[in-house]
Amino acid sequence: MIVILGLFLVGPIVMALWVSVSDWTGRGSPFSGNVDFVGLKHYRDMLATEGLARQDFMISLRNTFYYVLGVVPVQTVLALLLAVIVNQKFLKGRTFFRTAFYFPSVVSSVAISLVFLFLFTGTGAVNRFLGLLGISGPNWFADARGVLHLIGDGIGLWNMGSPPAFLTDTRVMNLSLWEWFSGPSVAMSAIMLQVVWTTAGTFMLMFLAALQDLPAEVDEAAMVDGANKWQRFMNVTIPHLRPTILLVITLGIIGTWQVFDQVYVMTSGAPAKTTLTPAYLSYSTAFNQLNFPRGAAMAFLLFLLIFALTQLQRWLLRDKDEVARRRAERQQRRQRRQGRTTTTAGEAAIARTTVEEAQS
Amino acid sequence: MKNSTRMLAIAAAGTLALTACGGSGFEEETGGDGGGASQPPASAEGPAALRMLIGSSGDAETNAVKEAAQAWADETGNTVEVTVASDLNQELAQGFAGGSPADIFYLDAQSLADNAKAGNLYAYEAENNDDFYESLRNSFTYDGKQWCAPKDFSTLALIINTAMWEEAGLTDDDVPTTYDELAEVAATLTDGDRPGLVLGPGIDRAGAFVVGNGGWWLNEDGTEPTADTPEVLAGLQYVQDLMKEGSAKLSSQVDTGWGGEAFGTEKGAMTVEGNWIKGAVANDYPDLEYKAVEMPEGPAGPGTLLFTVCWGIAADSPNQAQAVELVNHLTTPEQQMAFAEAFGVMPSRQSAAEDYKNAFPEDAAFIAGGEYGHGPVNAPAIKPVVDDLNSKLENFAEADLKAALESFDTNAMSVLGQ
Repeated sequence: MIVILGLFLVGPIVMALWVSVSDWTGRGSPFSGNVDFVGLKHYRDMLATEGLARQDFMISLRNTFYYVLGVVPVQTVLALLLAVIVNQKFLKGRTFFRTAFYFPSVVSSVAISLVFLFLFTGTGAVNRFLGLLGISGPNWFADARGVLHLIGDGIGLWNMGSPPAFLTDTRVMNLSLWEWFSGPSVAMSAIMLQVVWTTAGTFMLMFLAALQDLPAEVDEAAMVDGANKWQRFMNVTIPHLRPTILLVITLGIIGTWQVFDQVYVMTSGAPAKTTLTPAYLSYSTAFNQLNFPRGAAMAFLLFLLIFALTQLQRWLLRDKDEVARRRAERQQRRQRRQGRTTTTAGEAAIARTTVEEAQS
Repeated sequence: MKNSTRMLAIAAAGTLALTACGGSGFEEETGGDGGGASQPPASAEGPAALRMLIGSSGDAETNAVKEAAQAWADETGNTVEVTVASDLNQELAQGFAGGSPADIFYLDAQSLADNAKAGNLYAYEAENNDDFYESLRNSFTYDGKQWCAPKDFSTLALIINTAMWEEAGLTDDDVPTTYDELAEVAATLTDGDRPGLVLGPGIDRAGAFVVGNGGWWLNEDGTEPTADTPEVLAGLQYVQDLMKEGSAKLSSQVDTGWGGEAFGTEKGAMTVEGNWIKGAVANDYPDLEYKAVEMPEGPAGPGTLLFTVCWGIAADSPNQAQAVELVNHLTTPEQQMAFAEAFGVMPSRQSAAEDYKNAFPEDAAFIAGGEYGHGPVNAPAIKPVVDDLNSKLENFAEADLKAALESFDTNAMSVLGQ
């Protein structure tokens, strides 16, 4: 077990960490004598040095940030909704729906990506459907316009042709504020739709398992107390599902920050780099530009980011009752201990006086 | 506590073991600079077992290469194992990193400089090297050295839909020979939303007009960026003007993936594409009538782009001498003609050009480009810089060309300076 862990986990990680601080060119072993230590150069290139490397990395972070922000809440809510629907005892054809909702999750993501490419072409099924409703749909995968830009333009906040100068002139980390606030591009939104559709099924299954674990008596007791359906859902079901929600959101955040297949198959980062993601950028930096150290450094930065975000998310979603209870317990223990020390001190004092009195 | 110490020790041992495996293939080899023509080729005793890695366009190509390699193997008593890569760049990189790469492989001109700089390649010249087109030899020259023998090449030409051409009242005399004439016929062929000319995105198409204007992205030896020059700007400006007039569009604007698809679905009357469009039209749009003519001449003479692949030989290969022999066999004019007939590529040897023109008269426009075409941007680590320029040109009609070229120069300067 330990050998396997060492060989497949610790070894590669140590190796990648070394590569990320070396000048390895991808020829022979990275531990050979010709490979030199270059310190944090590759990390600096992406975080501190003004240049193309930082620009691309920042673009990929921006894209993925909006992607995560869009996908995780929607897929969580949708999965919960589907699970509740499928969990109803009196629903006819439950097995059919369960299979149907889960189906996208077991199909290869490459196959689904290709289907979506066809659905979302300019004259594809999606745009024909929108056409029936009188909406002329965009040419999805060729459209680099940011959704927030479009919304702002739509409600008259700004004009996309001539964006406000204070946004375009302020530059933070190679990108102007205007570029930072673009939102996901139309192309990225199409990918987001696809990912929500494919992953909701898996998470539905997790919610379903947790729902079936909910004791019927608790629900019935709430019913006896006169709670209506909505109150029962919010005050009985949701608290019961808290660990599962935490799990689903954690898995969601980890999975979405690592999005790769869809970009690799469908867009390669185009249009105008708006579907570039750190995972894809890391791959193409390493294998298409033969810059393995920078690719490895990017992977570690992505790991740190995911780790930090997951911790933050755990902290935000912590069970506040539980925390309060534990704190109270701790306090009680401390008080008890303090109380005990005072008593012993008092006893000792008394004992001392007694001894002293006896001596005199 | 005890457990974790033991685990650490074993992990460290495991890492050491990994080091050992990875290193073994490397340390025995000749050293860091990847060989070079001055060094004698490595040659194993007795019959050699060569491994060849190719990126194939389909069964026709795979079988033709296998057959040719087998013929050489039978003749010389060696063996050749041909493997088709699904992602050539990635599989090559894996081989180089593992210390036992394929002995001989397809290598795209765009990846040449990166691989040569990393020391992955063994530099060699095939027999009768001067017979290869000069532009192709230049495409595989980095750091003053030619690294491999060109396998074949493709060029861009102007592809015309003959039905639309006649419909617009144009005749053979109207075939454009200058950029002004091209602008005129493009305007004539424009019909409402359907543009006269559809271009694939990026500098791999628009760049042909840069060459026609006498410009290029880098200087001759690929050491200095020269994008922010009047010649380059003029080439891109010409394309942008066509788009602003409405007589040209990008293939993505007419909801297609590339120029050939736009042309095949008749969303444009002309396009600029390479000889691969032949196969695509034959497969997907068999009824389409079209012809290919040479790119019109720009102010600085004729200009087109060429795309090429060479037979790379690994610096870490123990069978370099045999691999060079195999390349010699694969690049004879006769063998190149056999490949041309099997899967439609153009021979890289000038001595095969006549035969090719006779066999495929309709391809005269493409093969002519071998004389004056320009290969891909050839410098290490330049790929992200080119990609960045392409992404800025995605909205070509409204792009700020001057700013895009300036930022190309800035970015290229910083990677070339390293």
